[in-house]
Amino acid sequence: MAKILRRERLVPNIHLLEVHAPEIACKCQPGQFVIIMPDERGERIPLTIADWDKKKGSITSIFMVVGTSTHKLSLLNTGDEVPVFVGPLGMPSKVEKYGTVLCTGGCFGIAAIYPVARALKEAGNKIITLLDAKASYLLYWEDKLKAVSDKFFVASRDSYYNCKDYIPHVISNVIKEEKKIDRVISIGCTYLIYTCSEATRSLGIKTIVSLNPIMVDGTGMCGACRVTVDGKTKFACVDGPDFDGHLVDWEELFSRRKAYFEDEIQSLNFWEKKTFP
Amino acid sequence: MAEKKEMPQELKERLKAEFNLEWRKKLRKSIPIKERMKISRQKMPEREAEERNKDFYEVNLGIKAKAAMKEAQRCLDCANPKCVMGCPVGIDIPAFIKLIEIGDFPGSIQKMKETNSLPAICGRVCPQETQCEAVCNLKKATGVPVAIGNLERFIADYEKLKGEVYIPPILPPTGKKVAIIGAGPAGLTVAGDLVKQGHKITIYEALHLAGGVLVYGIPEFRLPKSILQAEVEYLEKLGVELKLNFVVGLTATLDDLKNEGYDAFFIGTGAGLPNFMRIPGENLIGIYSANEYLTRVNLMRAYDFPEYDTPVYLGKKAAVLGGGNVAMDSVRIAQRLGAESATIVYRRSRVEMPARVEEVHHAEEEGIKFHFLTTPTKFIGDENGRVKAMECLRMELGEPDSSGRRRPVPIEGSEFIMEVDLVVVAIGNSPNPLIPKTTPQLTVGKWGNVEVDWDTMATNIEGVYAGGDIIRGGATVILAMGDARVAAREIDKYLKKTKRKTRTTKKEKK
Ligand SMILES: Cc1cc2nc3c(=O)[nH]c(=O)nc-3n(C[C@H](O)[C@H](O)[C@H](O)COP(=O)(O)OP(=O)(O)OC[C@H]3O[C@@H](n4cnc5c(N)ncnc54)[C@H](O)[C@@H]3O)c2cc1C
Ligand SMILES: Cc1cc2nc3c(=O)[nH]c(=O)nc-3n(C[C@H](O)[C@H](O)[C@H](O)COP(=O)(O)OP(=O)(O)OC[C@H]3O[C@@H](n4cnc5c(N)ncnc54)[C@H](O)[C@@H]3O)c2cc1C
Ligand code: SF4
Ligand code: FES
Repeated sequence: MAKILRRERLVPNIHLLEVHAPEIACKCQPGQFVIIMPDERGERIPLTIADWDKKKGSITSIFMVVGTSTHKLSLLNTGDEVPVFVGPLGMPSKVEKYGTVLCTGGCFGIAAIYPVARALKEAGNKIITLLDAKASYLLYWEDKLKAVSDKFFVASRDSYYNCKDYIPHVISNVIKEEKKIDRVISIGCTYLIYTCSEATRSLGIKTIVSLNPIMVDGTGMCGACRVTVDGKTKFACVDGPDFDGHLVDWEELFSRRKAYFEDEIQSLNFWEKKTFP
Repeated sequence: MAEKKEMPQELKERLKAEFNLEWRKKLRKSIPIKERMKISRQKMPEREAEERNKDFYEVNLGIKAKAAMKEAQRCLDCANPKCVMGCPVGIDIPAFIKLIEIGDFPGSIQKMKETNSLPAICGRVCPQETQCEAVCNLKKATGVPVAIGNLERFIADYEKLKGEVYIPPILPPTGKKVAIIGAGPAGLTVAGDLVKQGHKITIYEALHLAGGVLVYGIPEFRLPKSILQAEVEYLEKLGVELKLNFVVGLTATLDDLKNEGYDAFFIGTGAGLPNFMRIPGENLIGIYSANEYLTRVNLMRAYDFPEYDTPVYLGKKAAVLGGGNVAMDSVRIAQRLGAESATIVYRRSRVEMPARVEEVHHAEEEGIKFHFLTTPTKFIGDENGRVKAMECLRMELGEPDSSGRRRPVPIEGSEFIMEVDLVVVAIGNSPNPLIPKTTPQLTVGKWGNVEVDWDTMATNIEGVYAGGDIIRGGATVILAMGDARVAAREIDKYLKKTKRKTRTTKKEKK
């Protein structure tokens, strides 16, 4: 059982969850994730570790409400307990001095990329951050990210921010302007990281994506999370979640993520009827 | 595998002492051997195949007290009880059976627990037909062995029913701390044995429930969760601490734990790495490793979706690849979840199937189909990336291989298409690589198995022991328990030899 220290709505549909997990806080590194189960009847779902506090013994994750599990999480309050909160899982992101690194994130990835950007900054890289938010009021953690970035851009479809365009278009412009980008990192929903990865393919810039296939145990025991990278089957939970985006079999990933589409709708309807009769 | 042929002296003496007790002598004489041999084996009552193949309730119902006492009379109480040698943990089988014969069920369970901490489980899942019952002297004489497994289950269930769980004496605290990694049968057994010696025991388990394969693999209809739950609660009553949701290697490494002040370790992390066929199309939707399929259904209770949130793909035409217990469990689950056809596809023939005979028999009764001498060569998907068929090849049996089983050889040009919409790959698991990967000094064999000295279960690191599937690859519950007993004995010796280290742990300082 793990205790919820804080659950807060940051922007519509996106919540922050801070959980008491001192062992994980001691051990975790950027790029790793946890598996959480909202209640005894829940599903085990992965969430990226967006921040941690060793002293307080806490782990912070940001989640987007999409289905039953995330709806359940969005109803948790301080003092509640979740039966499963396990981690840190997955390989940490590789942090070295590359030169100039472009960090791109969208939806939950805005938060998830934060510890990676911070570590890369500490390792002496120049950090250019490019975030995607459909509308400017959906942006959060702007200050935190600005603090670790040398340059900061937001692509949003309204005019409030500097680029009024969708991220793949903006990314090309940023790269052109910057002249030399040594590495691109992309975290967020599958479509976003796919488009970022495609945008850099012809430029030959190494692009690391954090994949999010469906998982169960998150420790390499089941193979639910298998993805094809460079023609080989990999378990994203132990071999990843970071992979070279130019080598990922995206079509397979998109299709595997939809494996339970109908069940997910049924599950959410069932839960909503039960919870809000 | 290191099976010892000679009965150890200690065991011999233990058996002899019981054998020579007055009441045993009298009981032996009370019914002549000839009469005992005439009694027929008491049948295990089971639910009708047509009823049970639609639900997840237990198939075997368990024998009643009267039948158990009758069955116990069949045991000849031999001077040289071969069955004990057939049991990997050396249970004093005649002793517990004779106590059943005189109706002393509490005494019987007490006797049993001297050597086996998980009788309700072993009585249900041990392959008795290849172990204790295979070498039973009565089998030699009449062809039908004593139903040792059924009796074992009977007394364990009797105790549960009575609700008076016998708590064995626990020695005063020694101040020594042992960390056990993995709450499968191996880890649970070591915990039970060592806690009685007065050591402080903590079990670290990656999943959210204890039991290992017993909780995520073996289905409810073969081993009800309540049975396992009771065993785990019993250990907790003895003072064992369970730390769930803790992945050793990630949440903390073995070395981290060492620094926390543990005096000894037991690695019982099992064979959790699923093997795949490595043929084209294997990542199509609808193709599961047995581990995933079983975990979804058993651990996450997908059979009760949407009451429980985890879904599982319900196939109409299910094929399960493999011929072991894992395959048998998977195929019977697919049938229970509504498959119109549920088929075992196995590359060898019936006789080579490693599954327990009773499971194969039950599967057949429930309407499972078997495709022997067949192996898939590729999977074919539809436009949504879901599996819709597999191409198979027929095989014939050639020369025996190193395991002594005849090697299947493909028949050229025998390809055919089998329509499927659910495939479960149950072709075995490999040892879990997490601990070896994060404990570089640990010696590992060529299949990723942790290497041990088979007499002591000691690894190459001092104070670190291992047993069960992590050293054997996928084996059996009782072999895991057998390893665990040896390891527990050796860890106890090791702890008594080593002086209490003076360093204190973080927690103790507070
Ligand atoms: C390594 C990793 C890190 C992730 N980090 C975050 C994060 O920090 N914040 C965040 O909001 N989301 C994150 N996700 C995605 C998140 O796990 C899913 O959104 C969540 O599982 C949806 O569950 P649900 O029941 O609410 O929705 P559902 O209705 O069940 O599913 C919605 C969609 O989520 C995906 N999904 C469903 N079940 C799982 C599962 N068990 N594992 C993975 N994906 C699943 C499916 O593709 C599905 O289409 C991450 C995923 C992975 C693999
Ligand atoms: C479907 C199925 C049916 C079977 N049927 C039978 C049968 O009928 N009869 C029989 O005798 N045998 C059967 N077996 C085999 C038997 O279950 C195993 O041999 C036995 O469970 C092995 O026990 P173990 O304790 O070594 O490992 P496991 O039972 O595998 O337990 C290992 C435990 O360690 C945990 N773990 C792994 N890594 C870590 C880590 N790094 N940190 C913390 N915890 C960790 C795992 O989560 C797991 O709980 C079956 C197996 C399966 C899969
Ligand atoms: S534990 Fe298994 S092998 Fe030993 S007596 Fe019981 S059924 Fe037989
Ligand atoms: S989630 Fe089970 S192996 Fe990755």
